[in-house]
Amino acid sequence: MSERVAIVGVAQTRFASSRPDVNYAEMAYEAIAEVLQQTGLEIKRDIDNAISCSHDIWDGQTISNIGITDVIGGHLRTEEKMALDGSTAVFYGMVGILSGEFQCSLLMAHTKMSQTSRNIINNVAFDPIYTRMLGFDYTSAAALQARRYMYKYGITREQVARVVVKNLSNARGNPGAHQAGSFTTAQVLSSPVVASPLHRMDIAPDTDGAVAMILASEERARRITDKPVWIRGIGTCYDAHYLGDRDLADCMALERAARRAYDMAGIRNPRRELDLVELSDEFSYQELLWMEGLQLCERGEAGRFIESGVTAMGGKIPVNPSGGLLSGVPTNVAGLNRVAEAVLQLRGEAEGRQVKNAAVAVAQGHSGFCGQHQCVIVLGNQ
Amino acid sequence: MKRNVAIIGGGQTYHKARRHDVDQAEMVNEAVRSALKDAKMTIDEIDLVILGNMEFFEGVHMTDCWLVHGTGAYGKQGLKITTGGTVGATVVCAAAHHVASGLFDKVLCIGFEKQEEGDTGAILSGVAHPLWGRSLAGAAVGYFAMLGSSYMAAWGAKEEHSAMVAVKARQNARKNKYAHLKLDITIEDALNSRMLAYPIRMLDMCPASNGACAMILADEKTAKSRSRKPVWMRAMETVHNEQFELDWRDVLTKRSIFSKVCASRLYKKLGVTKPADYFDVFEVYEPATWAELLWYEDLGLCGPGEGFKLIERGTTNIEGPLPVNPSGGVLSTNCIGASAMLRIWEAALQIRGDAGEHQVPKEVRRALTTAYGGTNWTVMTALSKTLDD
Repeated sequence: MSERVAIVGVAQTRFASSRPDVNYAEMAYEAIAEVLQQTGLEIKRDIDNAISCSHDIWDGQTISNIGITDVIGGHLRTEEKMALDGSTAVFYGMVGILSGEFQCSLLMAHTKMSQTSRNIINNVAFDPIYTRMLGFDYTSAAALQARRYMYKYGITREQVARVVVKNLSNARGNPGAHQAGSFTTAQVLSSPVVASPLHRMDIAPDTDGAVAMILASEERARRITDKPVWIRGIGTCYDAHYLGDRDLADCMALERAARRAYDMAGIRNPRRELDLVELSDEFSYQELLWMEGLQLCERGEAGRFIESGVTAMGGKIPVNPSGGLLSGVPTNVAGLNRVAEAVLQLRGEAEGRQVKNAAVAVAQGHSGFCGQHQCVIVLGNQ
Repeated sequence: MKRNVAIIGGGQTYHKARRHDVDQAEMVNEAVRSALKDAKMTIDEIDLVILGNMEFFEGVHMTDCWLVHGTGAYGKQGLKITTGGTVGATVVCAAAHHVASGLFDKVLCIGFEKQEEGDTGAILSGVAHPLWGRSLAGAAVGYFAMLGSSYMAAWGAKEEHSAMVAVKARQNARKNKYAHLKLDITIEDALNSRMLAYPIRMLDMCPASNGACAMILADEKTAKSRSRKPVWMRAMETVHNEQFELDWRDVLTKRSIFSKVCASRLYKKLGVTKPADYFDVFEVYEPATWAELLWYEDLGLCGPGEGFKLIERGTTNIEGPLPVNPSGGVLSTNCIGASAMLRIWEAALQIRGDAGEHQVPKEVRRALTTAYGGTNWTVMTALSKTLDD
């Protein structure tokens, strides 16, 4: 990239199991108002365009950016919506600025999972002809993926449970987290089985919340903040839809997305060059699988990797110091929350979850079941 | 934009009310293959795929993920964008941003709808706010009924004028082999068609179509080496409007209107003061007849209240001085996610001289397209034959 794009502000609502006090526009506005106040920017004067990430079907409104056009500053202005994970808003926001069309862009992701039933929504993401009537949801598909991954590489249930223990422990340092605590692997494994081998604690809980972020061109960024966080590399990739078309223990899409992001950022050895990783652990085993896809360790090594403590707070590459999705982050918002958490780390503003001397971080988001669409973003504070 | 962007290929399906022979992936694939063939390219050469479609219309969440084997996105970079009726144009703008950014050279964009698999009227009622608007919602028909009534009351236009738009669209569609409603109708037929909500009759409204459109956008170097007739994206502008601003139905309103705001910003980017002289052909998004008359005025092709006089004089016919929707427009073909992209692709065909029987009989160097959706949202694009324009 000849020119650079920076993240100049992030704001997040608190994440909670239910926010009956606000509708989704009001919830989105909490984060938008805060990020504007934080950066001293005004929508009419400073923001060229707005991009939101959400899904009509989660929001219960057709063309659901209609519900936030006013609060996001879209009235008689440029506003667009993407229907993928929030990480992709960062991708498209960066592209818009690099194109020269925009200088400063407002990004937003919001979802109120409490409004509806995730099983029903997940089910209609399966094709209507062959697989939907089998009753699949993301959890049952994830159970298949977990089984295949554990079988192929000999990953144990205890190793997977360690992800839950680590992330809920990390979340204790995150005031915005929806749930946190000190647990043992035995407690994780004694929580009720939802879809074998996944227990309740292996699954990210239903959560309401929103994240807002502002991107700017280098020139504008320098004027807005003295702590810009640079987008150094970014990549996306789609895998196949039908579960039978994939070896679910593989993560081709993530490997390709990561390779593109690392190449752009000039990262040759992610294990050595990254200071922390925020990834989308929608289900516990995914943290291990995605670590392999992100080339933090060899294929099949992630179980032993987490056992060694490398990914714990204070380890060489802390993974999900925020507590990750298992501590409660809404679907769709997840990827933007990963990027926001990485930004806070790189600005040294992560408070009780701060990783020391963090300079380079990776954020990962995915959409669809079993991580079909992947987005990887390399961020740096230099 | 930091790099020039050209449309180097495109394609569309034959649009129909029923496509029982294909599923959504197969239908999208028809448009993708046709675009790749037009650009003399294989899917392996495409760097990124952007899909536009609304998940509620067919009841499939994450359509981009399901359709990867039809779109060609498997193993590739890609995004999904959803902005309602404007989405086809938003996808093209997004593709142009990707190319202009310097990160991608060849981007495939796709819009589609298979309306027979859903209930668009019911789903469009879901556009209204769940607390404040949904009990009043009348989908698109109710919306344009108020616009038509307001237009007639304010300017003295008659139902015959909307019938003229209805006839022009369907007669133009008869020249377009891909169009859905190729109806040999007269003004009498339009005036006698079934009343839906006064003054909107059956033939005043767009159909529910199945179909897809795909286009390939590329950077200048690729465009010049790979395409004999690149069509250049000269300017784009998006303007949305918030949901509670209801005064738009009053054509006399003095408040800022999305369509005029968008046109003035686009014209400023291009340095255009007389759009009727500057552009050679127009493809506008008219879900109902009355909307087309209002587009004439909001785009500045005539003064306020004069739109119905343009159709009366035949000014906007294929062979007229200001041809509008030679393709037959949305009134003849409405596969929602593709409709706004079809405006751009049809305008590109006119500039290339490849529109076949509905090619306008004059030199086309510059074209203007509009999209229409959401709660009065639009995306406008200006296309040209050469980079000098």
